[in-house]
Amino acid sequence: MIRVEGLHKSFDGVPVLRGASLDVAAGEATALIGPSGQGKSVFLKHLVGLVHPDRGRVLVDGQDVARLRGRKLQRLRNRFGYLFQGGALFESMTVFENLAFPLREKTGLRRHEIGRRVAGELDRVGLAGSEGKYPSQISGGMRKRAALARAMLLSPEIMLFDEPTTGLDPIMTRAIHGLIETCHDRLGFTAIIVSHEVPSIFQVADRVAMLHDGVIRVLGTPEAALAESDPFVHDFVRGHMPPALARD
Amino acid sequence: MTDQRTSFPLNVIRRLGAGALDGVQEAGRMLLFLLSALLCLFTHVPKVGRFVRRVQFIGFQSLLVVALAGAFTGMVLGYQGYRTLSRFGSTAMLGPLVGLSLLKELGPVLTALMVTGRAGSALAAELGIMRIGEEIDALEVMGLSPHQHLVVPTLLAGAICLPLLTAVFNVLGILGGYLVGVKLLGVGGGVYLGEMAAYVEMRDVLEGVWKALCFGGFITWICCFKGYTARFGAEGVSRATTQAVVISSVVILVWDYFMTSVFF
Repeated sequence: MIRVEGLHKSFDGVPVLRGASLDVAAGEATALIGPSGQGKSVFLKHLVGLVHPDRGRVLVDGQDVARLRGRKLQRLRNRFGYLFQGGALFESMTVFENLAFPLREKTGLRRHEIGRRVAGELDRVGLAGSEGKYPSQISGGMRKRAALARAMLLSPEIMLFDEPTTGLDPIMTRAIHGLIETCHDRLGFTAIIVSHEVPSIFQVADRVAMLHDGVIRVLGTPEAALAESDPFVHDFVRGHMPPALARD
Repeated sequence: MTDQRTSFPLNVIRRLGAGALDGVQEAGRMLLFLLSALLCLFTHVPKVGRFVRRVQFIGFQSLLVVALAGAFTGMVLGYQGYRTLSRFGSTAMLGPLVGLSLLKELGPVLTALMVTGRAGSALAAELGIMRIGEEIDALEVMGLSPHQHLVVPTLLAGAICLPLLTAVFNVLGILGGYLVGVKLLGVGGGVYLGEMAAYVEMRDVLEGVWKALCFGGFITWICCFKGYTARFGAEGVSRATTQAVVISSVVILVWDYFMTSVFF
């Protein structure tokens, strides 16, 4: 479904991706792990054409994303849902309006039907009663859940999660992972989940890949990732401090 | 030592060249930004609700500051005009002096500068924060056009509000000039208004309207572009906002000279 071939990207002459490749099959949930600042979010943004590669291709069902323009690109993006790192909720809108917005803009649904669906989705993510609040009035965990609900409302075929649990406490992290798992089971979407929450993200993922030094190494199933003998991977998935940091 | 002496002028030239190239690139990006917005205007259904909210923000919320600026500018013009004209014994020409100064130059230019300071900076900051908070990316990923939702309604609102605000500025300016010239300094009321009607022509009024229309487009274009392309957190938004105000103000003054010398 998604094929990324030899992705290269530099910013101001600093290479971030140096030939990252990845194949993701339909319906599969892939966890993309790796140290901070390695370009995982940049990689994700390539998949929806928010960033264009210097070299390499992103193919979604055979369509080269970087070559799509205008309505063709919009049609492709209609198949995606994207949970941004900070939620990317519209700050000038209430939680209800944030969720209703894509429905109002992209479907011909009537007002009461939109209200019903938004209420249902908010209930599902445990935010019933927060409809009238603005994003600045709710906690980080609630923002993530509201953003997740907004992304799910249009039943996307492909979901991209950019660090869905960063900055949350362990209980909220488990709750978000549980929500992702439930939504994945319910909607059957293809997912790429960028996360630092190792190994808890392994409960959600079918497969694990690691981005390091600008390239992606597919580690296989979560069990295979945990059994990996490569010292760097081994230390990373177990949260062991690398020797350079340990000296500090 | 010789190397340092030769490298200094070379460095200056290199920096000047790099600055010029950056300027040309930025101008190109601004032009492309405007073209995509104009294309969007003809290919997408306009967002009426957003347009109305923008009119309320740029137009209605600027009314008080523009009205105050207009009234006091007219009053100062009345004072200074009377003192200057009285040296030549032509205080009867106070009405045309105030009217023509306001309608042709001061009205559109000062209104545009006031709107840049009040609404333009806020527009740049708002879009900048949306960019940094990935709200614009979120719109794009939803398959929606940020130009259709954010830029086009603002451009239209700017082009419509500026001429209307300028009209308010002009009316209050003329009344301010009347108050000082007629009520305070003793110029005849009939003379003030009668001479103004005799010397001010429709093309003088239209000159101001055209200028205001252009300024409205420029302010919203520049401020939207600067906010839309903001980068690097709060500092980036702050820089974008400052640049938006400075560039808009300079463009208003330069374009005013250009229009006056070429078209009118």
